[in-house]
Amino acid sequence: MDETYSSKVYWTNCLWLMGLLALTWALGYVNFGVFNLVIALAISFAKTILIVLFFMHIKGSSRLLHFAAITGLLWLLLMLLLTLSDYYSRGWVASPKHGF
Amino acid sequence: MSEAASLVAEQFDDLEQQHEADKLGMWIFLATEVLFFGGLFLSYTVYRYLYPNVFAAASRHTEVILGGANTAILLFSSTLMALAVRSAQLSRRKPLIWLLLGTALFGIAFMVVKGFEYHKDFIDHLVPGAAFQWHEANPQAAEIFFWLYFAMTGLHAIHVTIGIILMLVLALLAGRGKFQNGNYMTVEIAGLYWHFVDIVWVFLFPLLYLAGHR
Repeated sequence: MDETYSSKVYWTNCLWLMGLLALTWALGYVNFGVFNLVIALAISFAKTILIVLFFMHIKGSSRLLHFAAITGLLWLLLMLLLTLSDYYSRGWVASPKHGF
Repeated sequence: MSEAASLVAEQFDDLEQQHEADKLGMWIFLATEVLFFGGLFLSYTVYRYLYPNVFAAASRHTEVILGGANTAILLFSSTLMALAVRSAQLSRRKPLIWLLLGTALFGIAFMVVKGFEYHKDFIDHLVPGAAFQWHEANPQAAEIFFWLYFAMTGLHAIHVTIGIILMLVLALLAGRGKFQNGNYMTVEIAGLYWHFVDIVWVFLFPLLYLAGHR
């Protein structure tokens, strides 16, 4: 039988997630230029890590499951990197039409 | 034969090995789901890079209050799901039923809010196609944004709907006492699915609703 967390762990996690959501939301009303996207994605990754570690029980699970959990992200990054480098090298996305 | 031993299928040595295999299978499925959504995220990345200003303008037409509220609804629903898995681990039948129903209820609340949003988009002529109207620069690129908006939120909504049905079925089975005495893995696996759907929305919210600051 796997380790059972106390319900306090889940409620604490919930509070952190709500706090991060409030931060993302507030970010929608200020202008940091291109950093709006960077910060928003950083917050999304932070939320994802909290969900994966505690809600999805990756914390405390086996190495094999850690590996399986990271696979999806690696495949996604490969797909993005290879496709974008292909587009970039063909000049298809080299010049944003209106600048960032 | 003991209670725990009767849960083990014959190809496994013990319950622990069986649980590990259950979870591994689900995580691999989730990895394929990441790529399922990944195609849309890739399209979004390419078009946002090409038309950053139009994407910013178009995202200002989405309902950021409703989208944010829906994020909170899903995060809370995920918390209930995690607590449901805990109840199943501890063989607490009544809390398990209520937590599963609560998870489903918040999923339904999410879909209702999404329905209001889609309704408003429809009235505002933001649905791609013959009725699409755009009075700012570059309507074609704006239409691409809304095509992606509907494809991504639509695919996500299908996943939420499947999740709601799953939770209701599990609540029914829990009522019959199926998840007692360490037989909680079905709930754990369904939980992994529900949390994954939550994570997808955690990325959709900033990308679609907050691409342009207000």
